[in-house]
Amino acid sequence: MLDLSTSIAGVKLKNPTILSSGILGTSPELIKRAFENNAGAATIKSIGPEPREGNNNPSVVDFGHGLLNAVGLPSPGYKNMDMEFNELSKIKDVVIWSIYGNIIEDFMKITKHILKYNPKMIELNISCPNKENGMLFSQDSDCAADVTKAVKNAAGDVVIIPKLSPNVADIAEIAYACEKAGADAINAINTVQGMVINIDAKKPVLHYKKGGISGPAIRPVAVRCVYDIYENINIPIIGTGGIMNGRDAIEMIQAGASAVGIGSAVYYHGIGVFQKIVDEIRKWMRENRYGSIKELIGIAHA
Amino acid sequence: MLKPIKKTENLPKKLTIKKVVNENYKTKTFFFNESIDINPGQFIMLWLPEIDEKPFTLSYKNPAALTAELKGNFTKELFKLKQGDNLFYRGPFGNGFTASEKKAVVIAGGMGLAGVSLLIESLKNPKIIFGVKQKKDLFFRERFKMDICTDDGGIGYKGFATEKLKQLLKHEKYDIIYACGPEIMMKTAFELAEKHKTKCQASLERFMFCGIGVCGSCACGNKLVCRDGPVFSSDDLREMKDFGKYAKLKSGKKASLQEYHSWRS
Repeated sequence: MLDLSTSIAGVKLKNPTILSSGILGTSPELIKRAFENNAGAATIKSIGPEPREGNNNPSVVDFGHGLLNAVGLPSPGYKNMDMEFNELSKIKDVVIWSIYGNIIEDFMKITKHILKYNPKMIELNISCPNKENGMLFSQDSDCAADVTKAVKNAAGDVVIIPKLSPNVADIAEIAYACEKAGADAINAINTVQGMVINIDAKKPVLHYKKGGISGPAIRPVAVRCVYDIYENINIPIIGTGGIMNGRDAIEMIQAGASAVGIGSAVYYHGIGVFQKIVDEIRKWMRENRYGSIKELIGIAHA
Repeated sequence: MLKPIKKTENLPKKLTIKKVVNENYKTKTFFFNESIDINPGQFIMLWLPEIDEKPFTLSYKNPAALTAELKGNFTKELFKLKQGDNLFYRGPFGNGFTASEKKAVVIAGGMGLAGVSLLIESLKNPKIIFGVKQKKDLFFRERFKMDICTDDGGIGYKGFATEKLKQLLKHEKYDIIYACGPEIMMKTAFELAEKHKTKCQASLERFMFCGIGVCGSCACGNKLVCRDGPVFSSDDLREMKDFGKYAKLKSGKKASLQEYHSWRS
């Protein structure tokens, strides 16, 4: 039979779809709902070092070709989330714990705290464009390597996945620096910086003014980034950015992704999007006589 | 022939204020220069540039209007607006009420009445129970025939709207109970509906960032108030463990309804 499973640094996923961070993942109940709808893995909303309210609204808008958001990393702060962490730790499916910080010490504190809950995977959100210094660690190879190395040393066997920003000159170089620093996998990409202005209000629509573009508009950007990264590193890639259907997912896998992040598609297609994409992947593989996801990873490379 | 593609764009659109009506000492209705195609119970995201954007239901459809209470920073800015001023909206969003039942009772608490105004107009002679703290908090008295309840008995029935509902249900059978108002009121109304084996629909309120079902800020149990709701029927309400108990603050911290409401007011 068709094998839709994939693996990220030794962690097996029943299918390659992963709920991306920042979409729905604010509570264990919503994470469970993603799994009930057949997500292969689910990433929680990034945990921050301190309580933080995020930006004012408008914070997420549909501009016609994707979403533009500047929610601004609201978080209860890791010290106020033990009830949620406890629930998350009981989930048998693959939960990816996303964390962010302002300095390396923040990442370390959060990592040490959540290790008690035995996370299988930790994603380092070093690429959020919607807060001051949110992208700091993913815009420079040395910074990305330093935070990766520090967290990896603290986390031991836990799979560490830096999530990278496309708002850089050479994303593949940064991915390579992360690999050398001990990253177990790479997630690419976070949102692309953008702005929409309302000409009647004569103001940017987002309260934060600038934001991050996701959804269909950025898919070719994401595919190119994943393609470049794949040529530069040997660790697995989670390909994220604009995947709406099974064909988009297969495209990303052919570019080099071992699994795919699904975010804005939840807006367009609802929570049933995971099952839809899985069904569409299966159909394409059957028609094109592929037996497993693994046969497809990176085959667009010469 | 080249055909336009189907777009999903939902960016803020301009509205101009045609008329402002003072409903009471703290409540105003803002009538706009156009109608908005909205179902009862759906909401719009109202944007005041450089201030914030908040969910509101409409209290009139044609022309569109919303009725708001002076409460926080956003409504303070809203209340400064006059005839001819512009503001902006996205939407409508959410599911809305299902108004197909025969014999209905609508229970509204405070500003909740604005949230069920379009519903009331789409029902056939519904029984309406409207509860407020004091007589001065009333509005829409000319617009709807209502059983009024006040906490201090200054006018109408002295006591909670849910007490009035309880008495009503003792004597009469209804097909459905619609509830909109403070969550504790809706929770009690739902429990009464369950006891009398009557269907219930309640319109919930939570803090929202996106309003379109992606950010998770308005989670109530495993449901999103913005997109699965804001109107939930008995089958959902029964499963929603946070209903009547917890709500998330802007940071995402899960708080008791009491803490949530003291932050919101």
